[in-house]
Amino acid sequence: METQHLNYLQETGGRKGIFKWILSTDHKRIAILYLSVLSVFFLTAVLVGVLMRLELIAPGKTIVEPDTYNRMFTLHGVIMVFIFIIPGIPAVFGNFVLPMTIGAKDVAFPRLNLFSWYLYVLGALIALSTLFVGKGAADTGWTFYAPYSIRTGTNVILAVTAAFILGFSSILTGLNFIVTIHRMRAPGMTWFKMPLFAWSTYATGWIQLLATPVVGITLLMIIAERLFGVGLFDPAIGGDPILYQHLFWIYSHPAVYIMILPAMGVVSEIIPVFSRRRIYGYKAIAFSSLGIAFIGYFVWGHHMFVSGMSETARIVFSLLTFLVAIPSAIKVFNWVSTMYKGSIDVRTPLLFALGFIFNFLIGGLTGLVCSALVTDVHIHDTYFVVGHFHYVMLGGTAFAFFGAMYYWMPKIWGRMYNEKVANIGFAFIFVGANVLYFPMLILGIQGMPRRYYDYLDEFHFWNVVSTVGSWILLIGFIIMVSNIISAIKSGKKAESNPWRSLTLDWQTQTPPILENFEEIPTVTEAPYEYKN
Amino acid sequence: MEAKLNPHIDPHRDDEGSKLGMWLFLFTELLLFGGLFLVYSIYRMQNSEVFAHCGKGLNLTIGTINTIILLTSSLTVAMSITAIKKKNKKLSMVLLFITLLSALAFLVNKYFEWAHKIDLGIYPGSEYLKTAPHGEGLFYLLYYFMTGLHAFHVIVGAVLLSVILVFVARERITHDNNQLLENGGLYWHLVDLIWIYLFPLFYLIH
Repeated sequence: METQHLNYLQETGGRKGIFKWILSTDHKRIAILYLSVLSVFFLTAVLVGVLMRLELIAPGKTIVEPDTYNRMFTLHGVIMVFIFIIPGIPAVFGNFVLPMTIGAKDVAFPRLNLFSWYLYVLGALIALSTLFVGKGAADTGWTFYAPYSIRTGTNVILAVTAAFILGFSSILTGLNFIVTIHRMRAPGMTWFKMPLFAWSTYATGWIQLLATPVVGITLLMIIAERLFGVGLFDPAIGGDPILYQHLFWIYSHPAVYIMILPAMGVVSEIIPVFSRRRIYGYKAIAFSSLGIAFIGYFVWGHHMFVSGMSETARIVFSLLTFLVAIPSAIKVFNWVSTMYKGSIDVRTPLLFALGFIFNFLIGGLTGLVCSALVTDVHIHDTYFVVGHFHYVMLGGTAFAFFGAMYYWMPKIWGRMYNEKVANIGFAFIFVGANVLYFPMLILGIQGMPRRYYDYLDEFHFWNVVSTVGSWILLIGFIIMVSNIISAIKSGKKAESNPWRSLTLDWQTQTPPILENFEEIPTVTEAPYEYKN
Repeated sequence: MEAKLNPHIDPHRDDEGSKLGMWLFLFTELLLFGGLFLVYSIYRMQNSEVFAHCGKGLNLTIGTINTIILLTSSLTVAMSITAIKKKNKKLSMVLLFITLLSALAFLVNKYFEWAHKIDLGIYPGSEYLKTAPHGEGLFYLLYYFMTGLHAFHVIVGAVLLSVILVFVARERITHDNNQLLENGGLYWHLVDLIWIYLFPLFYLIH
């Protein structure tokens, strides 16, 4: 290796203390800014989730009042959806890695990037403030369904404003990435030589851009309705609550793909590296990302099969929903085929990628159960749905997030984590998640409704199992977080390219220098040409 | 700093990228209004007679004048881009200034229009609208909401163009470095475009 230059962590731009961070437009520093805020909120929401499970360990009151419980699941949902999982992988790893994987010095609009972070923090703080002002945190659930969101006395306006601002931040991040990918690829990096993470970030960017404004305006309408009460959505004064649901899901279903696509991108990066094999079906994976993004716009009605829609609309939405399964399955088959006859090196990032595939299979297949009209009538608004989307969101996206964390940790901080501890943490998280969520699927089929504070005795057993699962998961998180923190503080110094990855992000100095490359590389090969 | 301003040296400058970014942003703006247009069309379908009746209550003269003002201002901003490309800094500034005056005139008209309606007791949440038919309440909510959001965009656009005017004056925008002006123009056309839809949907319906 030639001489080491100052890396981005040493390069301060003449600023001191915290200003080194909050005024820097370096995409790598902004990624870490996101990571630190996001982690705090994520762990808070995890804690709220664990407390909710504790409440449900026995029928009747255990630790909190019903009102508090309603606020808890709203807060848990708002934080997890808008502050953790939607920005999650794009804002942290997209920001850190995307410019490097395509051989760029930074994103297209570095100042806009920093501005997005400020919006994100502002939105997050407003969401938090709902706890402390007025009549307390919203109790509507993260969907803010009318008419309840219009009538409840809690801080709906603040919570909705927070979601609006966070949405704006998400739009600007998506915009930035799309322009970056269009304009800043290194010489020779054609579209089909781009790493798959860039493809999935690209598809995500388009969803962020085109779907988020619709929910933005819908949330503003909720505010208008609360202030003026003219009957947009409240049926008591002539409004149409179903219209609200349509508008809400026109965004919020595509948003589900904002959550999962970047995760699929991470898995597509990790699998070939640790299998030492070229990815199987590169183009199929790339196009399936775009396919998911495209079809994802037209399936929102499947959230409303029992809210009152014409038979034709329900059949069309159901059919379109089934279509999403095709590109998703294409990806799973390609990942598995990539590993076939590879020389597999089972390291922590790969474990999380495999965990992703396992959980995503359950999450995806239970999704099909929900999208079939007949079964959905039975399981709608039950714990089955809660189990289904937690399998996809935590079991899928969050697993990919943790995998990405371990995979790029040497790159980001130049330090290695303790592999043994990391794997033990993985075991707890994997077992915990399954013990926590699988009983929910059973409870749902038995008929236990979601968002209920109390339940009948017949549901007791599986609720206890699920709560025990939440403890196992929590232990896993504690192990993982402490392992990561101690690695950042005092981990072994990492090699420049510990995974012997071929993508450009690993060809730079570790940790990277300001503007990433001494000299912009010229790309001649596809990203995953591993030779055994 | 000198080097940064020189377009031939600054490696970070990318006019195409900046234009692309602006276009993408305009897409999001369209979809932001798109949600409102959707709600408008559904409620108008359900209350077509009331909507038509309310539409007649709006001041068509002011609406028409405002339409002309905005269309003309779109022309002047486009001309100011051409002017700067032809190295005519002064003309470009004059044209931008006219655009800003148009924005101001539009807002003043809007102010009188709204103030008149509010004087008559017609605004969301007013006593009158609480007793009026449901469709009338919806019409006026959407009227205030959509023209209000549009007026907000006029203000944002005007601020953006003012900054651009200063940049032209200080020669940070020049004949070979004018992407910011073009982006400001694009944004201003969007403001115009949305009004072209709002005007018939509120003022001209029968």
